[in-house]
Amino acid sequence: MKGNLEAERTPGAATAVAAVELDAVAVRFRAKKKEVTALRDVSLSVAPGEFVSIVGPSGCGKSTLLKLVSGLLRPSAGGVRLFGEAVGGTRHDIGYVFQRAALLEWRSARRNILLQAEMRGMPAAEAGRRADELIEMTGLTGFEDALPHELSGGMQQRVALCRALLHRPPVLLMDEPFGALDALTREQMNVELHRIWRETGTTVLLVTHSIAESVYLANRVLVMTARPGTVAEIIDVDLPGSRDYAETMSQPPFAEATGRIRDLLGAATATD
Amino acid sequence: MSMNPGGSEGRLLTVLERSWRPVALLIACFAVWWAITSTRLVPPYLVPSPGTTLGVMTEKSSYLWQHTWVTTYETVLGFVIAVVIGVLAAVVMVYSTTVEKTLYPVLLFAQVIPKIAIAPLFVVWLGFGLTPKVVVAVLIAFFPVVISMVTGLKSVDPEMLQLAATMGASPLKTFAKIRFPASLPHLFSGLKVAVTLAVTGAVVGEFVGANEGLGFVILQANGNLDTPMLFAGLLVMSLIGVVLFVLVEIAEQLMLPWHASRRGEAATTTL
Ligand SMILES: Nc1ncnc2c1ncn2[C@@H]1O[C@H](COP(=O)(O)OP(=O)(O)O)[C@@H](O)[C@H]1O
Ligand SMILES: [Mg+2]
Repeated sequence: MKGNLEAERTPGAATAVAAVELDAVAVRFRAKKKEVTALRDVSLSVAPGEFVSIVGPSGCGKSTLLKLVSGLLRPSAGGVRLFGEAVGGTRHDIGYVFQRAALLEWRSARRNILLQAEMRGMPAAEAGRRADELIEMTGLTGFEDALPHELSGGMQQRVALCRALLHRPPVLLMDEPFGALDALTREQMNVELHRIWRETGTTVLLVTHSIAESVYLANRVLVMTARPGTVAEIIDVDLPGSRDYAETMSQPPFAEATGRIRDLLGAATATD
Repeated sequence: MSMNPGGSEGRLLTVLERSWRPVALLIACFAVWWAITSTRLVPPYLVPSPGTTLGVMTEKSSYLWQHTWVTTYETVLGFVIAVVIGVLAAVVMVYSTTVEKTLYPVLLFAQVIPKIAIAPLFVVWLGFGLTPKVVVAVLIAFFPVVISMVTGLKSVDPEMLQLAATMGASPLKTFAKIRFPASLPHLFSGLKVAVTLAVTGAVVGEFVGANEGLGFVILQANGNLDTPMLFAGLLVMSLIGVVLFVLVEIAEQLMLPWHASRRGEAATTTL
């Protein structure tokens, strides 16, 4: 696996083009006279269908990194490519999930999901079928007509996930999607996200503060340093493709990876 | 997440709960008014009793109705025009910083000019008819509409707009499906202020030159020292304001049921 990905990172490897590629990217913000370097010399190559978690201290540029990939933000230096194509403006072939579900409070769960289709001008019948499929997949059945304020935080995030997946995006970007959920709901969402990722085969970049979550879900974990954000290390997670939650937690590679991340983040004593 | 207490029954309960205090206060006011006049603390030619006032209202009901309609018509027309212009101005201001910077000082200036001071000018320019009253009503109701709509359009979650961008949504679609509906709760709070101000605007317009409307009725009654009629005019005028306010609230609840239910849950008051 590791050797495979290394091969893909070498330029000119025509075998499989990377889904997401960051090449020595830097981002500088100019905020009132002062210039802030959010990211410096970040390189990353994500294979199609791969799940990469991103962890790092607050303000190290994790959200900025996702914005680069989506094209919502342009890098100050370096290049960003999606499936070999340079990102020139906001990309429409991605799905985005934020920490806050960002739902339209006047729309039902189902109609919030269908916003994606309406904005894209997707055929209504096809979009409706796809929405129903996702509603079933995420366990939202029975809540289709509920308004966002009638839904729990976990349910709201499920709606946001369905909305992000409606158009079958090849790349899914998730920015601390479960950060506001309680521990138990979060575990459930982890298990569900893992299953959905296996079913859809989409490439996922997940920003998270939970070390356990980052390892349980990912093929690789990108650990970042504090501001200015750089790559501290990219850790391979040596766990099977299909993972049972409790079982995974007890496996040596899990402890190994989480331990390494904890060391890198300088939080050796932190309890997670 | 708590469940909503039963449908229509629950709603009726909250309506009762919300309205019993103001109703009680209103009854208390009438009681004090009645007490003052019946004990002859104040001579009746200064403050007529509630009985006398209500008597005048029934006796001269057709006369009052006729002038009430005139004032209501001016108010509603002024309000509607203010809403249309106000909403359009707000949209243009939110989408263009240049326009916003240019228009804001002008709006502020138009707002701080006392309308009562420029109302005579409108009579000179536009005559004694309907137009000057509507113009004053528009001028006075316009400001809260613009301010609330601008605030509403700017209140949209920036992440929601970024999401719309990743969906490849056109600016028009983003406006129609996200920005505009998101601004409506703010707009409605402005509309409630605007509609009551529109009544004042219409009456101010009538004060400076009119031969019909409640402002005219009050001026006439004042001239004839007919205090019962003056009080009747005042009462009807307040009623117009209250009724229009309630109509805007009903429209709000019909158009934004999601907002009303949410507000109920947060247990905040409307007034
Ligand atoms: N639009 C912006 N203007 C100025 N500074 C910004 C902007 N966005 C982010 N930053 C700064 O860049 C750094 C990285 O931000 P962010 O990517 O949101 O961090 P993270 O998501 O890792 O917590 C922070 O120091 C933040 O203050
Ligand atoms: Mg962030």
